[in-house]
Amino acid sequence: MLLQIADLHARVAGKDILKGVNLEVRAGEVHAIMGPNGSGKSTLAQVLAGREDYEVTGGSVTFEGRDLLTLPAEERARAGLFLGFQYPVEIPGVNNVYLLKAALNAKRKAAGEPEVDAYEFLALIRQKMKFMQMSESFLTRGVNEGFSGGEKKRNEVLQMLVLEPKLAILDETDSGLDIDALKVVSAGVNSLRDPARAVVLVTHYQRLLDYIVPDRVHVLSGGRILKSGDKSLALELEAHGYDGVLGAQVA
Amino acid sequence: MSGKSQEVEALLGQKYRHGFVTDIESDSLPPGLDEDVVAAISQKKNEPQFLLDWRLKAYRHWLTMQEPSWAQVHYKPIDYQDISYYSAPRAPANAPKSLDEVDPKLLATYAKLGIPLHERARLAGVAVDAVFDSVSVATTFKDKLGKAGVIFCSFSDAVRDYPQLVERYLGTVVPAGDNFFAALNSAVFSDGSFVYVPPGVRCPMELSTYFRINAAKTGQFERTLIIAAEGASVSYLEGCTAPMRDENQLHAAVVELVALDDARIKYSTVQNWYPGDENGLGGIYNFVTKRGECRGRNSKISWTQVETGSAITWKYPSCVLKGENSVGEFYSVAVANNYQQADTGTKMIHIGRNTRSTIVSKGISAGHAENTYRGLVKILPSASGARNFTQCDSLLMGPKCAAHTFPYMEVKNPTATVEHEASTSKIGEDQLFYCLQRGISAEDAVNMIVSGFCKVVFKELPMEFAVEAQNLLSVSLEGAVG
Repeated sequence: MLLQIADLHARVAGKDILKGVNLEVRAGEVHAIMGPNGSGKSTLAQVLAGREDYEVTGGSVTFEGRDLLTLPAEERARAGLFLGFQYPVEIPGVNNVYLLKAALNAKRKAAGEPEVDAYEFLALIRQKMKFMQMSESFLTRGVNEGFSGGEKKRNEVLQMLVLEPKLAILDETDSGLDIDALKVVSAGVNSLRDPARAVVLVTHYQRLLDYIVPDRVHVLSGGRILKSGDKSLALELEAHGYDGVLGAQVA
Repeated sequence: MSGKSQEVEALLGQKYRHGFVTDIESDSLPPGLDEDVVAAISQKKNEPQFLLDWRLKAYRHWLTMQEPSWAQVHYKPIDYQDISYYSAPRAPANAPKSLDEVDPKLLATYAKLGIPLHERARLAGVAVDAVFDSVSVATTFKDKLGKAGVIFCSFSDAVRDYPQLVERYLGTVVPAGDNFFAALNSAVFSDGSFVYVPPGVRCPMELSTYFRINAAKTGQFERTLIIAAEGASVSYLEGCTAPMRDENQLHAAVVELVALDDARIKYSTVQNWYPGDENGLGGIYNFVTKRGECRGRNSKISWTQVETGSAITWKYPSCVLKGENSVGEFYSVAVANNYQQADTGTKMIHIGRNTRSTIVSKGISAGHAENTYRGLVKILPSASGARNFTQCDSLLMGPKCAAHTFPYMEVKNPTATVEHEASTSKIGEDQLFYCLQRGISAEDAVNMIVSGFCKVVFKELPMEFAVEAQNLLSVSLEGAVG
């Protein structure tokens, strides 16, 4: 089991948001977490990534058998957990590629590997950028500085492709994308699918799941996963809405 | 982020690295200031009469002046009678004639600071003048510069060897009575650096002066005068350090730059005077007057400063743009951590036609520090077509620090263009978390974010010093974000 979440409770600013989340993700799987606004989807993503303003009040999370919750955020990242941010932040003056190289080297150092060679790195990043249909100007720009919404999301996926995480949690990576960008981003995610890795997609829209077909779909509502199923659950949600599918459970 | 802040608190243990004291015999005047002290300084240096007269005039003017109180800084009143106005390492009989005669302890001090004075050990292409307490101890590469016709020596040597140049230019940019601290400096200045680049000469190497305060209870009052004649160009850098002491020490320097027709002067400062401890005890009061005059057509003066040290910084490197088409620039990074206070900025005085100025100021505040940008852009009626662009950005680290911006503008010519941009941002938890989530340590993340913020200024520094400035910045801010 790659990721095992048991009875997870968490609060933000004194408010209980997660109220007993249970979820198991095996290597090789793609899971989609859907749910109405305010159901706790982003909170779950942030808690897993280790953001400290999110207080875990109960339950446990193991990642490859290790207790994830005791690790600081940077160690979770180096262990192979990647969060694609819903709103990637701008860091003016810090070169986009410089940050990515620092990130890759931090991960390699933690794994006892030597730092990446500058030329090899440049070749790698050029190749991944081409795949993500990003212009060369991204090599010299500041981290997310002046990027459009769609460019920011592509940049998140680019980082993911370079860092090759074991578990990628993508928080609404599809929001704000036009159909062409959605295809590029989806192709990026699919290229990472591998028997050794898993992806958790947090999304509002079934549309994304046409391109990245999930193994499991979960509905998170009121801080708990109320229903799980295969990809047909997403279609059912689209047809009948959360109220229609969850019925009396939501009240 | 409590776990993080403990980690960075520990890093803060990295104290000021230049805080040692050199045990060396020095020849000091007892504390106190009157006309006899002024005369004694002048006599010790065998100065010509014009300079003694100039000093005494400045002293008498100083007595009539009030210490300025308008800056956004707070300190206990300074007792000017409790300061020694002259301290020199005692040399056998006369001043050293070559490096071999310099006290080895002094050379060791500079080696400890990373400034080997022996020419062969020095970075190729950088000539160094080192000022210890009040006196210049060595100037390297004098011969090579001499071949190009460039004069680079201590101020005292210049007074002895080139009195006519000193008399012609001294006080022409910063008059003796310009302000309280400049007047004090004019009365008691002891040494500093002097540069003259003759017409048409591009100075073949970077010039650099390192200032070091060693003795207790002394003030350092150095004076620097740089003249770039017609078509000449020069790049000059100063660095500053001091021992850690519990009492505050006064540093009141004056720097004057003169650029004649088509001349260029680039003046860079990496200032790391002792800032006081984490509770605000001790540290240098850095009350400095720096001004450059673009006297000739098409001349250019550019100030770049990275200010990380001092308990209190009060300085406004300025440009008086007299010559037609002359250009003034000011690029500044001012860092204030713990209880440091910085009130710094620039003045751009546009007098000539089509004069241009650029101001880029980056203020970083952390701990309980106060960081103020104060700038004046003045466009006189004669300055048709003048242009100014000002950008002031502040970065706050933590909840207890403060940033203030006071941009003054006086535009008296309708054809002038003045632009001002300002921003204040916090090192967001968001930026920090973004980096952490990519596996980057908190320390590296802060360094990265801060140097990104300062990038436009660092790229103005000479290459060798940009690296030094970057390192200094990370040491100054270690542990500043929790």
